[in-house]
Amino acid sequence: MDQIEIQSSNRVPTSLSQVRTIMKYTFLDYFRSRRFFILLSLDLIISALLTVLVGYYRPQSFLFNSLSFYSSWWGNGATFVTILGGIFFGGDAISGEFQNRTGYFGVPNPIRRSSIYIGKWLSAFIAATLIFVIYAAITVGNGIYYFGMNIPIEFGESLLFAWFYLAAVMGFTFLFSSLFKNSSISILITAILFLFVFSLIETLVTLLAKIEPWFILTYGAGIISSVLTVPYPEHVHTQTFGEQITLTTYTAFISEGLAIMAVYFIVTAALGLLLFERKEFT
Amino acid sequence: MANPSVEAINLSKRYGSFTALSNLSLKLEGAKCVGFLGPNGAGKTTTLKLFTDLIRPSSGEALINGVNVHAQKKKALESVGSLIETPEIYPALTPREGLSMIAEIRGVPRAERNKRVEASLQEVHMEEWIDKRMGKFSKGMKQRVCVASTLLSNPTIVLLDEPTNGLDPRGMSEVRGIIKSLKGKSRLIFMSSHLLSEVSEVCDEVAMIDHGKLVVYDTIANVTARFLGGENIVEVGFKQPVDAALIRRISKIQGVISAEKGDDTSLRIRFTGGLASQESILVSMVGMNLGVISYKPAASALEDAYLSLIKDTV
Repeated sequence: MDQIEIQSSNRVPTSLSQVRTIMKYTFLDYFRSRRFFILLSLDLIISALLTVLVGYYRPQSFLFNSLSFYSSWWGNGATFVTILGGIFFGGDAISGEFQNRTGYFGVPNPIRRSSIYIGKWLSAFIAATLIFVIYAAITVGNGIYYFGMNIPIEFGESLLFAWFYLAAVMGFTFLFSSLFKNSSISILITAILFLFVFSLIETLVTLLAKIEPWFILTYGAGIISSVLTVPYPEHVHTQTFGEQITLTTYTAFISEGLAIMAVYFIVTAALGLLLFERKEFT
Repeated sequence: MANPSVEAINLSKRYGSFTALSNLSLKLEGAKCVGFLGPNGAGKTTTLKLFTDLIRPSSGEALINGVNVHAQKKKALESVGSLIETPEIYPALTPREGLSMIAEIRGVPRAERNKRVEASLQEVHMEEWIDKRMGKFSKGMKQRVCVASTLLSNPTIVLLDEPTNGLDPRGMSEVRGIIKSLKGKSRLIFMSSHLLSEVSEVCDEVAMIDHGKLVVYDTIANVTARFLGGENIVEVGFKQPVDAALIRRISKIQGVISAEKGDDTSLRIRFTGGLASQESILVSMVGMNLGVISYKPAASALEDAYLSLIKDTV
């Protein structure tokens, strides 16, 4: 084979360039995968249902004004879409390298594991962002239909916070994906944590321990919907029921919410990377 | 360019109380093919995984061209092509895309990339499938694509872990042919296999490992001679049927102990004198114009040596 006999003129590229290569090809794999199609379908079904229901029933909570529309539509759905994106694309990103044996194809090459991890992280993030952008676009489309170009600045802020939240969720899912070699387990545990456990702990900590749940990611993500409430909700809100019962709820400050998401992103992404660096293909 | 080398220095791998590899010290150097033999669980795959950063050593060092794989992975593996176990490629990618990814990672120049991808796939007879997604490929088809990825960057060192695993007989034969063709190109090939006939056919040297320890490392001729009382066996194929006169003529060649008929057109020749004698017998037979069409160390000789050295199957 003449071409193979050519004296090698290869020069191993920089790690940054290799990150780009991994990102490009794993994104292509995500983009053509069944999971992308399923998540896109879910995205469109949720959006279509909301479009039909709001159009048919014209609920006041949605159509009172522009801000209430974005608050009801985006504020309720954005975190769910974000979490689904994180789980679908990040849940098995690393565990799949072991279970599906794709790691045996990529790892024994002159490439740092960190380049593989970061490249995969970026491709999962871009794929989830695509789903997220489609949901946002449909939201804006409906908003323009009902309220014209009067898009509140708070929606822009909320959009940005939700995107940051996606980064934190993706960091977390990658951590769990690095922790397990079984894809189903890593996906299941991440889904249970985000869809039930975090909310449950947040509620229990607030109601029983009566402390601010600043250490829970979903609490920090509350700023995605809170910013769509004008004026911004009080940090601590206490309601009294009768003489005995008082109920205290907490709302994260914007800076606090951003800090929680940033810490989760940095810590989980770094821990996940550390685990992947040390994990063995046995 | 310096001779390609692969070296294990007191290399050990332990999983809790189980020792998968124990103080392996082995240096392979130069352009040749070295077969790596041993029973299941002996430590063959563990060794190859240590040389490709799939696992980390408990102690010792794995060096490629003098560079520690675990300290400087990118530098150590820049001239290594490897196929460890049976890898999977991202299922939604096509062979062209999967191999392009590896070519980009390995720094194959953009201008050559597509040509090399196509040539590698042609070599393993997968050119018809070059733009089909790999999700539905059979195990053998995927293995062929992975073999192609090993050749892609024209490596000087090739590490292969049972490369014919999962292939049909034609595929096995083709891959053996590819490995043999690589030998003539200044490459060091280190290949594990369960198939003694494969190693005998393809390799120049053999390293045997058992219970995580190196048992022997030498040329196939020396290893087999050691366990056949200093004798070796070669299998010789002729273009015409073997008769008694031919056997008599060959028996008289210096170094030949005996010549036994195999099938109609082959002989098994026992001889002494190692590689030098092996060469001179071939030269004599060719000089006598006996119609020799093939000449190779007998797989059964290596099998005898293997069975003498390796007592257990696990």
